Amino acid sequence: MTRIYIPLDSSAVALGADDVAAEVARLKPDATIVRTGSRGMAWLEPLVEIETPEGRVAYGPVTPADVPGVLDGSATALCHGITDDVPFLKHQERLTFVRCGIVDPLSLADYEATGGLKGLKNALAMAPEAITDAIMESGLRGRGGAAFPAGIKWRTVMQAVADRKYIVCNADEGDSGTFADRMIMEGDPFHLIEGMVIAGLATGATKGFVYLRSEYPVAQRVFAGALKVAYEAGLLGADVLGSGKAFDLDLFMGAGAYICGEETSLLESLEGKRGQVRAKPPLPALEGLDGKPTLVNNVLSLCAVPTILAEGAAFYRDYGMGRSTGTKPFQLAGNIARGGLVEKAFGVTLRELVMDFGGGTRSGRPIKAAQVGGPLGAYLPEHLFDTPMDYESFTAIGAGVGHGGIVLFDDTADMAAQVKYAFDFCAHESCGKCTPCRIGAVRGAEVMDRIIADERRHENIELLTDLLEVMEDGSLCAMGGMTPVPVRSVLRHFADDLHDVKKGA
Amino acid sequence: MAVQKPLTPAAMDALIAPNVGMTGGLMRALHALQAQAGHIDGAAIPRLAAAFNLTKAEVKGVVSFYDDFRDAPTGRHVIRICQAEACQAVGARALTNHALDRLNIALGGTTPDGRITVEAVYCLGLCATGPALMADGQLKGRMDAAGFDRLAGVQEAEA
Repeated sequence: MTRIYIPLDSSAVALGADDVAAEVARLKPDATIVRTGSRGMAWLEPLVEIETPEGRVAYGPVTPADVPGVLDGSATALCHGITDDVPFLKHQERLTFVRCGIVDPLSLADYEATGGLKGLKNALAMAPEAITDAIMESGLRGRGGAAFPAGIKWRTVMQAVADRKYIVCNADEGDSGTFADRMIMEGDPFHLIEGMVIAGLATGATKGFVYLRSEYPVAQRVFAGALKVAYEAGLLGADVLGSGKAFDLDLFMGAGAYICGEETSLLESLEGKRGQVRAKPPLPALEGLDGKPTLVNNVLSLCAVPTILAEGAAFYRDYGMGRSTGTKPFQLAGNIARGGLVEKAFGVTLRELVMDFGGGTRSGRPIKAAQVGGPLGAYLPEHLFDTPMDYESFTAIGAGVGHGGIVLFDDTADMAAQVKYAFDFCAHESCGKCTPCRIGAVRGAEVMDRIIADERRHENIELLTDLLEVMEDGSLCAMGGMTPVPVRSVLRHFADDLHDVKKGA
Repeated sequence: MAVQKPLTPAAMDALIAPNVGMTGGLMRALHALQAQAGHIDGAAIPRLAAAFNLTKAEVKGVVSFYDDFRDAPTGRHVIRICQAEACQAVGARALTNHALDRLNIALGGTTPDGRITVEAVYCLGLCATGPALMADGQLKGRMDAAGFDRLAGVQEAEA
């Protein structure tokens, strides 16, 4: 009986994977179809894999009309050989995405057979201090974008004294160009659940929430299914794996607000309120959800945890460079020939990601820029592409790694329009609590309109520079504080698109 | 097809009640109401306020803060086109302009026959396979003008 693997991942479904699966079922009723997550080779989606004695053989992108040729092996033009040997996958260092695209996301048996729950079982035998020490020693830094040392946050929550504590997973993955949280929640949801249970053991929290954005309906469905399986199997509930320790986990849906990716805004939203940013201090680690100590971590931070507990802090720390330890799931997006997910140790260069993995632009035209780290990230020209992807190197060039999204643009991109968009987006998404962000974004968009209309261009560029300083220094959170990052990067690297004559600002 | 079912006061209360006392109960109740009725009816506001011990202004404040929650019905079909950077890099602006020209509406608007609403969405997580959109909850990637016309049944409507 042949096993055939077809992704249920959003990117595959958006390109017709469900129709392909239906056609496979119709033409080969005796085959076992396994709906998996995505391997992360988005340009080949829908990717169909046929199990053979040599390993899984990949075909893609497959349409329903291609299915007969895929099933009888005659569709050689779509065949990419053994999936694991495709260079895009072969040259990755997958720790977090080790089983995404390979297993049935809702099979706990698949999860355990591929090394799942090993970290949790180790953690159950450890004291909370030992678990937080392991996170500290691993050097793990927050993968959402802020890169704060995870161990310090964990220790703060552990040491806080309270009748209740919470673990909150930030799955409000709003940055354009990022989809790693979505992929892991669709393709390997038990991985996140395991990380959160371990976080509960370490900090003394017995209740967790996953705050998921509503734009991810597939992730919502798969993760809700995984929670049900986890409760039935005793991975969650009053007696986690028979340890006598409790951990409950609930899925909470956002409602289309980018700002709720900011942790204090997320907590307000999770309390059922407008997602308005809170002033810090108090830190959420001490006064978070309902005023109780709360560990807020990104999906990928929590998904790094099982590996650290299973293989040891040193194993994880040995990946990466300098103070950026471990691996980072990078996401290649936008105008790129081979888009998708590349997990590599920190230190890989932007050029390796965009060219060697990504194959340059999808349009075949010259590259103009890569925006790294979402809407609040810098637009970088090609001469900076040899910068290693690590937190410190990116800070040094006025950029940030953020959540690891890389959006490639070809030479048709108009950077003045991108700057205008940065302000429009900030104006749309600002929570409105602080003036520099609320008013500054609108003023920035107005100034850009004048610059684009060639009205007193140089004076307006000066005004723009002044406004950026106010937003940076005066905003309550990164929304207003970092909207200047993409703007400054355009002023620095693509000044020709703003100025008519002189270069540089 | 987008759901557009008016709810009786009793039906509203039945959707609201299970969320009272839960973390983020108001958000959960709003999701539940909208899933059934397609929008948050003004008549639900005082009922939500009473159930969660809030003022009507506080409830309205939450409804208006989030893009997902609507205070008016949409067209029978809702197409949300991604406007964010990764889709911009592969032609989302041109696709959006095409869609709005075809239907002769503004972004966020509804065709006069009440058939289609087109609105912006900021990222569907399909950033390597854009331009992306969501049509009545279904995700679509690598969308182009012809694909949009088929999806929106533009030819059919004009015939």
